[in-house]
Amino acid sequence: MSIQKEIKWKRLPLSTNYAVAYAVKDLDVDVVAAYPITPQTTVVEKISEFIANGELDAEMIHVESEHSALSATVGASAAGARAFTATASQGLELMHEILHIASGLRMPVVMSVATRALSAPISIWNDYSDLMNARDASWVTLIVASAQEAYDTIVQAYKIAESPDVMLPVMVAYDGYIMSHTYEPVLVPEDPSIVLEFAPKNYNRLRLDPDRPMTFGTIANPDWYYEFKYQQVVAMKNAYRKAIEVDKEFGKVFGRSYGILETCCLDDADVVVLTYGGLYGTFLEAIRKMRENGVKVGAARLRLWRPFPAEDVVRELGGAKMLVVVDRAISYGAQISGPVAMEVMNAFYGDPDAPSIMSVVVGIGQRTVTSYTVREIVDYAFRVLERGRVPRETLYWGVRGVKYE
Amino acid sequence: MIVLPRYEIRWHGRGGQGAVTASMVLAMAAIYEGKYAQAFPEFGAERRGAPVKAYTRIDDEPIRTREPILHPDIVVVLDPSLPKKLYLEGVKDTTVFVVNTKKSAREFASMLEVPVDRVYTVDAFKIALDILKVPIVNTAMVGALVGVVPIVSIESVKKAVLNTFSGKLGQVNVMAVERAYQEIRGIAKEVSA
Repeated sequence: MSIQKEIKWKRLPLSTNYAVAYAVKDLDVDVVAAYPITPQTTVVEKISEFIANGELDAEMIHVESEHSALSATVGASAAGARAFTATASQGLELMHEILHIASGLRMPVVMSVATRALSAPISIWNDYSDLMNARDASWVTLIVASAQEAYDTIVQAYKIAESPDVMLPVMVAYDGYIMSHTYEPVLVPEDPSIVLEFAPKNYNRLRLDPDRPMTFGTIANPDWYYEFKYQQVVAMKNAYRKAIEVDKEFGKVFGRSYGILETCCLDDADVVVLTYGGLYGTFLEAIRKMRENGVKVGAARLRLWRPFPAEDVVRELGGAKMLVVVDRAISYGAQISGPVAMEVMNAFYGDPDAPSIMSVVVGIGQRTVTSYTVREIVDYAFRVLERGRVPRETLYWGVRGVKYE
Repeated sequence: MIVLPRYEIRWHGRGGQGAVTASMVLAMAAIYEGKYAQAFPEFGAERRGAPVKAYTRIDDEPIRTREPILHPDIVVVLDPSLPKKLYLEGVKDTTVFVVNTKKSAREFASMLEVPVDRVYTVDAFKIALDILKVPIVNTAMVGALVGVVPIVSIESVKKAVLNTFSGKLGQVNVMAVERAYQEIRGIAKEVSA
């Protein structure tokens, strides 16, 4: 029996940033430490409002930088609190050192990232350079595509993070501006206790306690350091199973689930385009239209970035003749510079039946991507398929002075 | 009137006139009615007086695309002093214009060189100055829009206005909505598809 029918919903017009704040409130987070940075700021503004109104009983720590924001969040988590922070762009870069400390200390903190390009030159606009730079920090990383999914995924994130066989921090990322500042309908439960029932706080974990003194984060010499790091490898593997399981459970309780790969129109598709975040919607609608016109093209969205679901990618997308991986970040100097494209190629490595894989970069610093862009990329992919020579380098779509014929 | 599976509305104003808020108020009204909607600004430098674009999409089905509205069904012009090339960009043969101007629909249509039955005008600056005492025309223009194309009811618009502006400010903005809803004029009040 599902309890889904018993939930009464409020349907609110919310930006993705506000949807995140509502989730934080409904999860009864204990401590929030954050530093303002565009386009994240309205997440913590809204949380401050909830605290001021008495709707959320939490400690808001005002800090002088993102480095301190994450440090305070880690400290609170070490004391046993359910802790949250949010950031973007340079803020995430400034946190970089503490990202590794949070995961190394196995602190189940959750952070939302309204993704944004990196300086210099200064750009306050969207791309995924910030998030992709944090790839190797041992954070479970989910990328969402709607305000509703952001609310739902923040809820799932705490359940994943605080799970005893995971105990890793989780990032929930979405397109800065393109999603962070877009208003759309979001269902939030009228009675938030259902959220806490689904994701109860895990107090049964190792934490700083004056009555039971213990130390976190001491020096580990060559005789033990490696084992700590290997445990993180294992925890990441567990996080893969946990992410799938929690999403399914969430579906049973709340009536919505997302999977770790969203797909459309894969049957008999010769070309499949894989991308992530809110931009997927633009690809999806354009590709559905192309399908109506008889073009054999499909679409896929990567929702779980770390741990990377290699087996799912191979199983779900391996039937295509060509996979086009559309990234919004550049790994400078790499032969294939799209971070997700690299990962997809790696997943298919050594597979004699692997599809051709083409890496495309778009939307850097929020260069506009429209349905026309989607059609151009798909048309180009079909021409490449006909010619049979797949580019061995990433295509930089939409940059001045570069044309692909 | 126009009946479309999806309405795409593009708002044109200058920084400080409230185009972004207008796009939100309309989306909120649609969401209150159980519809799907999206409101977002054109992402660019925001300065008082600089041209600003904002977008509203409304649909009975979930909206997935996040591209800017390139070919709007409805263009709302909050400031008649904007160069017309800004708001004529990408318009279709069927695009309806809802304009804040002292000019009649006929005069404005000939200036735009579009058929007169696609243009509706209202002196929203006068309404805003009379009621709000400031030349902020956003809420009046939402009222004008639903007076021409009833995508959502005026009641839902009023609710969205009251949830956006608190207290007295909400009340006077509701008055601005109602007056522009009454005063919007075209050669036909109803738009034919």
